Amino acid sequence: MKASSVFAALLALAAAPAFADVSLLNVSYDVARDFYKDYNPLFEKYWKAKAGETVTIKQSHGGSTKQVLAVADGLDGDVVTMNQSTDVEFLASKNMVAKDWAKKFPNNASPYTSTMVLIVRKGNPKGIKDWNDLAKPGVQVVIPHPKNTGNGRYSYLAAWGYALKQPGGNDRTAQEFVGKILKNAPLFPPGGRDATTTFMQRKIGDVLATFESEAELIAKEFGRGEFEVVYPSLSILTEFPVAVVETVVDKKHSRKEATAYLEYLWSKEGQENAAQNYLRPRDAEMQKKYAKQFPAIRTFTVDEIFGGWTKAAATHFRDGGSFDQIYEQK
Amino acid sequence: MRKANVLPGLRLGLGYTLTYLSILVLIPIAALILKSASVSPEQFWQIATGTRAMASYRVTFGASLIAASINAVFGLIVAWVLVRYTFPGKRLIDALVDLPFALPTAVAGITLATLYSGNGWIGQFLEPLGLKVAFTPLGIVVALTFITLPFVVRTLQPVIEDIEPEAEDAAASLGASRWQTWMRVIFPTIFPALLTGFTLGLSRAIGEFGSVIFIAGNMPLISEITPLLIISKLEQYDLPGATVLAVVMLIVSFVLLLTINILQWWTAQRQSGDGGASEPMPAPVVQAA
Amino acid sequence: MIEGRARSEPRAVRIALTSIALAFLFFFLILPLAAVFVEALRAGIAAYAGALTEPETLHAIGLTLLIAAIALPFNILFGVAAAWAIAKFEFRGKSLLITLIDLPFAVSPVVAGLLFILLFGAQGYFGHWLQAHDVKIVFAIPGMVLATLFVTVPFVARELIPLMQEQGRDEEEAAISLGASGWQMFMRVTVPNIKWSLLYGVILANARAMGEFGAVSVVSGHIRGETNTLPLHVEIFYNEYNMVGAFAAASVLALLALVTLAAKSVVEWRMRVETEMLSAGLSPEKGS
Repeated sequence: MKASSVFAALLALAAAPAFADVSLLNVSYDVARDFYKDYNPLFEKYWKAKAGETVTIKQSHGGSTKQVLAVADGLDGDVVTMNQSTDVEFLASKNMVAKDWAKKFPNNASPYTSTMVLIVRKGNPKGIKDWNDLAKPGVQVVIPHPKNTGNGRYSYLAAWGYALKQPGGNDRTAQEFVGKILKNAPLFPPGGRDATTTFMQRKIGDVLATFESEAELIAKEFGRGEFEVVYPSLSILTEFPVAVVETVVDKKHSRKEATAYLEYLWSKEGQENAAQNYLRPRDAEMQKKYAKQFPAIRTFTVDEIFGGWTKAAATHFRDGGSFDQIYEQK
Repeated sequence: MRKANVLPGLRLGLGYTLTYLSILVLIPIAALILKSASVSPEQFWQIATGTRAMASYRVTFGASLIAASINAVFGLIVAWVLVRYTFPGKRLIDALVDLPFALPTAVAGITLATLYSGNGWIGQFLEPLGLKVAFTPLGIVVALTFITLPFVVRTLQPVIEDIEPEAEDAAASLGASRWQTWMRVIFPTIFPALLTGFTLGLSRAIGEFGSVIFIAGNMPLISEITPLLIISKLEQYDLPGATVLAVVMLIVSFVLLLTINILQWWTAQRQSGDGGASEPMPAPVVQAA
Repeated sequence: MIEGRARSEPRAVRIALTSIALAFLFFFLILPLAAVFVEALRAGIAAYAGALTEPETLHAIGLTLLIAAIALPFNILFGVAAAWAIAKFEFRGKSLLITLIDLPFAVSPVVAGLLFILLFGAQGYFGHWLQAHDVKIVFAIPGMVLATLFVTVPFVARELIPLMQEQGRDEEEAAISLGASGWQMFMRVTVPNIKWSLLYGVILANARAMGEFGAVSVVSGHIRGETNTLPLHVEIFYNEYNMVGAFAAASVLALLALVTLAAKSVVEWRMRVETEMLSAGLSPEKGS
């Protein structure tokens, strides 16, 4: 049959090993595109000068968890660059990245950070200053789906952590507090960027919770005059862990390049690129240089308050976790 | 009169059909069921009948039924108008009917959400009337109606084109009113195709994900569809749990589709018995000439 | 063509039905499509063309067409074979078979993608064997073709079955009894009878193959410039706040569908001219 022979030929084509120079596949989360679009040429140039080798970097982007699932199912990513450590942890549990991946690179293997901020309409008509204003009746809150998106999870944990740190705060009051915020959410957009579109273009809601790094991109797309950024009194430090996928680099013999690729994220150029993409650099010098861009803010990490991402995910976002309880035990 | 079936190709046709279906549909679905069997029966039951899951079935199947019904009614009118009447721009409209398939579902969802939200082209007129569409269960119905629109129209068109004018003429010359002709002659002829279109639209709507999530609002217990819960499970690295929900959807859809298909087979048989005016004999019986 | 009074509704009914049909299509079809094109052209033709001529977009268009082209013959062959068996013969379990053909529609695209991951993914049932033999199915073109085939299984068969059932077996049986071989009967009697339905089915399947997002998304791996189809590229644009790009790419898919439909109209028109010429020569025979 003609059709099946075409298919067989395709199979053979797909099965043939690739003969390219060195090519690395960076499997990454959704909104990291802009960062790596700028970073990859920097590294390619650096590596050409240093090792005399031409490296091509290919990018794959998608929801953070979906991406690591794809890697576990055979997507040959040499490195993963994610937005929450549970995702890397999952690959570690499958023995695909080193168990001590967080120690392989400085700063918990997270080359840059960000934090959750609040975006409000021009002039801040509802007077929103902090997380507790989101819980007030009559305020509409736009948060991406707290169970299914990294952005939504961080917003949820930020509000939870804020409630815990209030006088007399405990898990019960925190759950009540977050419940009040969720009651003010008219919808859960399926992704961070869709949440922005809902808020900015469709003019739904009084406040949008999102990454600090997103605010500048929103200004670029929708105009600076349309909104204001509010820094809450306390927020969550969002980390973006990176790791080498051991099984893949072993197979592709690309360990050296893959490791260098991630190490270079901590170089001056890499750190400056982060700052230029509105991600908070780790490097002290770059922090100073771009200080104006990053107002000081009190933050806590997931590890400090929630005992790590794996535990946080289990208590809050698993089925029957705190998010589900808020909705199911009305 | 029924004759022995002398046509060739049953074996070839059926053989190829079964092989193709096995490779592409049955084996993959078997894998799914196998995977879902890795949880214990109690767990299976618990996952399948959880509060959120039950609510999501209601939303998913309810909205799909409504959307398929809307399309059955309006699709029939559209198909009839496109085949039987002439009006300016008919060809263009005819050509546009397929486009909901070509548009990626996510685009459909985003576009519809924009159109029907409070400041959209349509939403701005509906919202003052107290009718919220985007980010409510109503939005799900709108999205599903859009993406399944071509089914009824396209299954009906060829059949309406194929209706023999003689039958209509005969009915009319026997003094039947147009309405009677329509109900007694035309409708029975096109009913199986209408049911097919309805079934296809319904099944497609049940599984739809891409367009719905952008317009649904995704609120737990209110506008959360089952495919979203499946995604939720995957987000928790709970593959077996995800397959449980997938299997439940599959079984319900299967039963639903099978019922409709048997119903359709049955009406087709009854009708060919009436139309043939020979003997009301159950069809599978083959009689010598 | 059909203007006999007895065969048409009163004028008022015709106008009412046409208005209802058009109103329905206006709100559920034309407005959404118009919105796509308005968004796509919001920043002008230059931005529209710019988004489409990016190398990654061009690659995505190419890949989308490739996958659709591979899926096409499979769909035709399967559709005709299945419809032939179901419409022309009676056998036990027919409703069950039809239901199995319908089933892929009811499977959520997300699950459809998952099915092939379960089978061919690294942790899947055949994953070990495939890895050992260095065969890549998922996160490569074969997997994307499989997912596309899965979601388009029902189209052609479902389009053909009602028509072939309606037409019955008489003509084919006549051909056979006149001594035609099976192939001759099929090509001379069956194909001319079903060609429009077949074409509809193919167009629908093709449109869906090119527009499929969910299932392909799961098995694609989203490698830019490699395994990104046009619908996946739309998502990328959308997530880059590049609305013009997103809707431009979507409009291309709409236009591709329109091209196939235009082709269909041309064929249809030529066929009509042909039959008109033919029937002009034979007209006294008709209507006996």
